[in-house]
Amino acid sequence: MALAFDEFGRPFIILREQDQKTRLRGIDAHKANIAAGKAVARILRSSLGPKGMDKMLQGPDGDVTITNDGATILEQMDVDNQIAKLMVELSRSQDYEIGDGTTGVVVMAGALLEQAERQLDRGIHPIRVAEGYEMASRVAVEHLERIAQKFEFDVNNYEPLVQTCMTTLSSKIVNRCKRSLAEIAVKAVLAVADLERRDVNLDLIKVEGKVGGKLEDTELIYGILVDKDMSHPQMPKQIEDAHIAILTCPFEPPKPKTKHKVDIDTVEKFETMRKQEQQYFDEMVQKCKDVGATLVICQWGFDDEANHLLMHRNLPAVRWVGGVELELIAIATGGRIVPRFQELTPEKLGKAGLVREKSFGTTKERMLYIEHCANSRAVTVFIRGGNKMMIEETKRSIHDALCVARNLIRNKSIVYGGGAAEIACSLAVEAAADKYPGVEQYAIRAFAEALDSVPMALAENSGLQPIETLSAVKSQQIKENIPFYGIDCNDVGTNDMREQNVFETLIGKQQQILLATQVVKMILKIDDVISPSEY
Amino acid sequence: MPIDKIFKDEASEEKGERARMSSFVGAMAISDLVKTTLGPKGMDKILQSTGRGHAVTVTNDGATILKSLHIDNPAAKVLIDISKVQDDEVGDGTTSVVVLAGELLREAEKLVASKIHPMTIIAGYRMAAECGRDALLKRVIDNKENPEKFRSDLIKIAMTTLCSKILSQDKEHFAEMAVDAIFRLKGSTNLESIQIIKKPGGSLKDSFLDEGFILDKKIGIGQPKRIENAKILVANTAMDTDKVKIYGARVRVDSMTKVAEIEGAEKEKMKDKVNKILAHGINCFVNRQLIYNFPEELFADAGVLAIEHADFEGIERLGLVTGGEIASTFDNPESVKLGECKLIEEIMIGEDKLIHFSGVAMGQACSIVLRGASHHVLDEAERSLHDALCVLSQTVNDSRVLLGGGWPEMVMAKEVDELARKTPGKKSHAIEAFSRALVSIPTTIADNAGLDSAELVAQLRAEHHSEGCNSGIDVISGSVGNMEERGIYEAFKVKQAVLLSATEAAEMILRVDDIITCAPRRREDRM
Repeated sequence: MALAFDEFGRPFIILREQDQKTRLRGIDAHKANIAAGKAVARILRSSLGPKGMDKMLQGPDGDVTITNDGATILEQMDVDNQIAKLMVELSRSQDYEIGDGTTGVVVMAGALLEQAERQLDRGIHPIRVAEGYEMASRVAVEHLERIAQKFEFDVNNYEPLVQTCMTTLSSKIVNRCKRSLAEIAVKAVLAVADLERRDVNLDLIKVEGKVGGKLEDTELIYGILVDKDMSHPQMPKQIEDAHIAILTCPFEPPKPKTKHKVDIDTVEKFETMRKQEQQYFDEMVQKCKDVGATLVICQWGFDDEANHLLMHRNLPAVRWVGGVELELIAIATGGRIVPRFQELTPEKLGKAGLVREKSFGTTKERMLYIEHCANSRAVTVFIRGGNKMMIEETKRSIHDALCVARNLIRNKSIVYGGGAAEIACSLAVEAAADKYPGVEQYAIRAFAEALDSVPMALAENSGLQPIETLSAVKSQQIKENIPFYGIDCNDVGTNDMREQNVFETLIGKQQQILLATQVVKMILKIDDVISPSEY
Repeated sequence: MPIDKIFKDEASEEKGERARMSSFVGAMAISDLVKTTLGPKGMDKILQSTGRGHAVTVTNDGATILKSLHIDNPAAKVLIDISKVQDDEVGDGTTSVVVLAGELLREAEKLVASKIHPMTIIAGYRMAAECGRDALLKRVIDNKENPEKFRSDLIKIAMTTLCSKILSQDKEHFAEMAVDAIFRLKGSTNLESIQIIKKPGGSLKDSFLDEGFILDKKIGIGQPKRIENAKILVANTAMDTDKVKIYGARVRVDSMTKVAEIEGAEKEKMKDKVNKILAHGINCFVNRQLIYNFPEELFADAGVLAIEHADFEGIERLGLVTGGEIASTFDNPESVKLGECKLIEEIMIGEDKLIHFSGVAMGQACSIVLRGASHHVLDEAERSLHDALCVLSQTVNDSRVLLGGGWPEMVMAKEVDELARKTPGKKSHAIEAFSRALVSIPTTIADNAGLDSAELVAQLRAEHHSEGCNSGIDVISGSVGNMEERGIYEAFKVKQAVLLSATEAAEMILRVDDIITCAPRRREDRM
């Protein structure tokens, strides 16, 4: 009660402006939270799997996004409910950590909540349910470890990686050319991967898209692609064996930071000013020339005079290149970013085998390819596609595929997809449940049932009979004691996921289960929702 | 327990059937809108802008129409987007792509209504699109080896493109013009080097392609109006007062005499610059920026033609045409490459004076002067010509051509139909539907021309069953005819782009089962 009485019997108010706030308590709060979580999960449920549908999202400015990626859908949804926001966070953290399985994690959390509701109806205390879930998730994660398989690959034999990326891509709109895209993703990751330390810096992979052409034209460029052109229209369009000066200083007379004034009061002074000015430009260009640069890439602009001087001295230049791109260029070409002309030295120049300008379509759009770099550790995935939304969606899909490849390099273990891992876990959890005395047993069983919901959703989206298919697969797994049987979404005729080459990463799956459990636990612990009223 | 709501106010969600319905309806509405502009007898649309002056555009170009529409339906936006991309990428076929996508969705709606899952439809459409493309690939004509034949192909393509536009009356004339212009580019797709100058007055027939280059500027007063064997310096430099670029510099004087001195120095500086420029041994100076009276006078004294304020593109084109280097500093005259041309003269077109450069060295850029009765006509003529130029420049790179007049669609439809018969499973329904959607394009062309489409298309289909048939719809005579004889050709690249992006868009819309609309962003200054 918000209204309490002190020792003299006078009422006082604990919550200010009581009547202006809405408040839910106890079982009502639980029910409302669970309902909200379920509602979010329901939206994503139909996006799961290779036959999952897309969502069309219209942003606040009328821009349209079409996507199948759970994290993107949730991020762009205008969510107001607090619990729904938690679910959004959930898929986002899966996205940051793993990059893939963002839909699955939300569906899983939704299923856990649904089961929790049933346990609450039975009168089990939410904390006991949460604890049961915790135990069950531990069992599931351990079991995943047991059934996981290591597979071997190296730089020359990356077929297993490609297969896993293909599983990720098959649920996206780009599944038409998943093979080539998966190969691109794997090659890109391998190019930047540090196989010794098992680490991949995804920042080194730039994903650039340009509308037009076909999806099949998407390519991997061992080098950098910059959406800029040469500063002077008559500069050479192709430079071989380029020595690149990477500058962050403008081609302008210096601007001292201290405030100063140069007063001109005589003709002589005016003359010297003029000479000085010309000298500045000359010197700057000369400096670049002296160290042997054959291409200047500048973060800032430069004015007409400098531009012409550069052109004149046969020194091609690119201006207004963004900071991130500049860094990538520096990494790729092995150059150093030079903040001052005085500091230019030959060693600081980047080297690239070929720099060329390429134009697209009928419009005047041009892009700069920097290829055959000294250090080919930075690569660019260049996406082409029929329209803007397609490009955006492809970018997201490539991102997912890149993440999957990276995860595999970090940890070589895989589990089988198509719901096989979930079914296996569900069986393990079910078996483990009986060993726990106490109320938690029920929660653990509920967890097992929640795990079933992922393969169930897969079957449903693929137009199969969900219950029938699931029970068939389950009995098959038990009978043969092989955890490779999953849902045959593509109607291939077998549900042995080894034959279908449907793999997922072990850490991705583990993370899904852990994150979903965590969020559900958090939601279950809430028993009071106080929200300010609408104003 | 009712959930209050997950979304913010005004945000909405449409699910399942409703979502699908709303995107189908939106897409079909857009496709029906532009449908009537398809084909040689297609009608134009008047677009009135809501901006100041209520400017009016009359056009037949799908991309232009769609670009100016204010649409709220997300699916419709997808279609507008593909038409825009088609415009950027190949330049023509902007209407066809929307109509085809619309028809594909119309067929898909029927299939969904008969309980076929959208994913099955997508699978079928994909197979059909592949099959259609292969069918086209088998029948392409490539005359790259034979320059003369290739040229005539290009002219035919240009005529086909132009015949649906306002220029159809003089299509031979314009087709020749466009092809000539494209050949001057020598394989580059940079259409910027082709300048289109619009001058109201005269008739469309009076439009011409100029061998040289025309700059829409006047010659300064007191300067020579005609220069033979001109040496041209193309420059981008300030010819007003040269600002001191050193930061923080300012002029501070304490008496009038000092002001005069500084001014004198400034003048001296300008004079120096002009002298340096003159030291290049030129007789024509073209600057991107303004030229003030003082330097202009100096140029006039030296008998040099000075042209000011040629915009950036003009300068670039001039550089291309005359082979000159665009200069901004003038200290070493010996190494700056000058542009050259045989003759510079002032010419009159209509009431305006223009500067004409002829006998140019490089000749990569050129000018097309369009004449016409009104601005609307000229604008539309420019768009049409631009379409033709785009298609041609793409065809120069990819020289494969096809017959036109609905021939490609019929060829594809036939192959796709055959595929449908061979394919087991529900997919075959979708494949069949794809073929129906393809046939709807010739049907629309015939309908727009006021012909009996059912009769004509049936006849066409029958003829296409014999091997190697070249029949299409001849709208002019209103019958089925041999397209090869009538010289109706289309670029393969355009058709392929239409086929693929329409399928892609349809697929994209079909995959959607849920539309979530965010609350519109509040704008402070609404109206």
